[in-house]
Amino acid sequence: PGKTTIDDEYLDELEEVFLSADVGVKTTMEIMDLVRENVGRSLKVPGDIQPFLRREIGRMISLPAKAETEPAKPHVILVIGVNGSGKTTTTGKLAHKFIGQGKKVVLAAADTFRAAAIEQLAMWAERTGAHIVKHQHGADPSAVAYDATKAALSRHADVLLIDTAGRLHTKSNLMDELSKIERVIGRDIPGAPHETWLVLDGTTGQNALNQARQFLQSVKITGFVLTKLDSTSKGGAIIGIIRELGVPVRYIGIGEGVEDLQEFDAESFVDAIFGVSPSAACEKEEKHV
Amino acid sequence: MFSQLQNSFQKVFKDLRGQGKISEANIQEALREVRVALLDADVNIKVVRQFIAQVKEKALGQEVLQSLTPGQQFIKIVDAELTELMGQTHTKLHLSSTPPTVVMMCGLQGSGKTTTAGKLAASFKKQGRKVMLAGADIYRPAAVEQIRALAEQVGVDVYAPGTDISPVEICAQARKLAMGKQIDLLILDTAGRLHIDDALMEELVQIKASARPDEILFVADAMTGQEAVNVAQSFDERLDLSGVILTKMDSDARGGAALSIRALLGKPIKYIGGGEKMDALEPFHPDRVASRILGM
Ligand SMILES: Nc1nc2c(ncn2[C@@H]2O[C@H](COP(=O)(O)OP(=O)(O)OP(=O)(O)O)[C@@H](O)[C@H]2O)c(=O)[nH]1
Ligand SMILES: Nc1nc2c(ncn2[C@@H]2O[C@H](COP(=O)(O)OP(=O)(O)OP(=O)(O)O)[C@@H](O)[C@H]2O)c(=O)[nH]1
Ligand SMILES: [K+]
Ligand SMILES: [Mg+2]
Ligand SMILES: [Mg+2]
Repeated sequence: PGKTTIDDEYLDELEEVFLSADVGVKTTMEIMDLVRENVGRSLKVPGDIQPFLRREIGRMISLPAKAETEPAKPHVILVIGVNGSGKTTTTGKLAHKFIGQGKKVVLAAADTFRAAAIEQLAMWAERTGAHIVKHQHGADPSAVAYDATKAALSRHADVLLIDTAGRLHTKSNLMDELSKIERVIGRDIPGAPHETWLVLDGTTGQNALNQARQFLQSVKITGFVLTKLDSTSKGGAIIGIIRELGVPVRYIGIGEGVEDLQEFDAESFVDAIFGVSPSAACEKEEKHV
Repeated sequence: MFSQLQNSFQKVFKDLRGQGKISEANIQEALREVRVALLDADVNIKVVRQFIAQVKEKALGQEVLQSLTPGQQFIKIVDAELTELMGQTHTKLHLSSTPPTVVMMCGLQGSGKTTTAGKLAASFKKQGRKVMLAGADIYRPAAVEQIRALAEQVGVDVYAPGTDISPVEICAQARKLAMGKQIDLLILDTAGRLHIDDALMEELVQIKASARPDEILFVADAMTGQEAVNVAQSFDERLDLSGVILTKMDSDARGGAALSIRALLGKPIKYIGGGEKMDALEPFHPDRVASRILGM
């Protein structure tokens, strides 16, 4: 900031911007190498850096979502992640979004473990007008998934969203439980779940990579949802995750309300690391239209 | 998981033994390794900078330079410095001489406040104390049902009158009720909030004023990244925290956030949460986290 040349001091500051954004040492070093290679060439003054990195990092992390053929009906989305990352809230926001598109949505309360998890999802169902399939606290989560699958079929639902219990990636019995849910859904709806979204808390640091790696060992993750980006955290760990695992981010969470879900936009994400909030960037875009 | 770090120190210091003397350059190289390890463990970058400076000063002293096992000696210094930063001994919950002791939980969304409130209740109940939980989260869907369910599970009193009454009022009422019922420990569970949410932060200030808690505990997720300490600092500025509880330590997070909060706030980490069940709460032992941060 305020500097007119790209010198060592400037580069140190830039490095710190990335480290502070939870980008992590390895990915930060790669980004810094990329910058250093281009200093004096396409990068002449500090003002060149942000557009350059918006483009370069943007390209690294914007993977195309899986080619959408005729969407399956019901389209089944399994929502997974560690404890407290924002799965249930994201499920509720997704229901709201799909219902807004005129779709019929069924929710499966497959977190039968955490206190009042079922009641929490039920409140989201009420709030959004989705139909909910639930069992008793302590019931077998794959039995819930099974019933929800049947219900989605018989009701001709467009979308089935399955909310699962928070589980740490280090617990193999809980990872097995997820694979089981995956299998149960696939039995009645071939190809389901069509999407499995890992919800990552945007305030998480370097552990996010371990989470993504471990979940991927047990289930086929097709996308990430990065939550809590309305906080002061930037969620930078996702850069290395996308690069290593080749899975795209589908949505970001930017609050606790029904509308606080946005499609992931790689370039605004990079801008936010430089200090432009995603919602501000979005407002700016809207004004330009 | 045996330490990569330890191996790299051995390597860094092996060459110098051949040269018969350890130079500042060798130590510089080892410090670079430590820096990476700390950053990988989510230690805040400001804390890393201070820490490296301190270790450097110690490491350049006689001990390491003249040691036959400089690698080990160096690790010992790093480990000791980390432990020092984390605080030396376990700090207990401060119990008021005139019951009830009022404990207020606060923190970001999803950090584990409500679960930890339940665990604290369970642990004090086990010690024969009369505990009451108060549910002051009127925002999160089914927060009231959650705290009621936990209270029932643990077998303690609960005051969670619903979402039509303000959190400040709930906490003030809870205190009065607790006095009347001769409760030893009253735990106030508040809603998760961002430290930049001015209105909700002000709500906590008012809860503090009306319920006069003896302990204000900041509940932090062990997996939190670089912002952990800024968040904790904001809560501390508004509320003057008495301590920290670190949750989800049953993950493979290294816990650098903990170190950072302790280092920059100087507030003790009182407990760690190691699971979802009501008995998964332990007193905090600084030395164990120190080696965990280094990956040893
Ligand atoms: N600020 C903010 N808070 C969020 C966001 N998404 C979720 N939350 C909050 O985070 C907390 C946890 O959210 P949940 O949806 O219950 O998380 P979960 O992953 O279902 O939690 P478990 O089922 O217990 O593992 C709640 O207080 C949510 O309101 C977000 O994008 N921004
Ligand atoms: N594995 C593990 N999970 C934990 C621990 N502590 C809490 N949790 C889980 O983390 C999730 C969030 O916990 P809550 O107690 O609802 O968190 P909170 O801070 O009250 O959330 P909000 O009120 O929404 O801000 C739940 O799934 C808990 O079971 C812990 O030490 N280990
Ligand atoms: K969290
Ligand atoms: Mg949930
Ligand atoms: Mg809570």
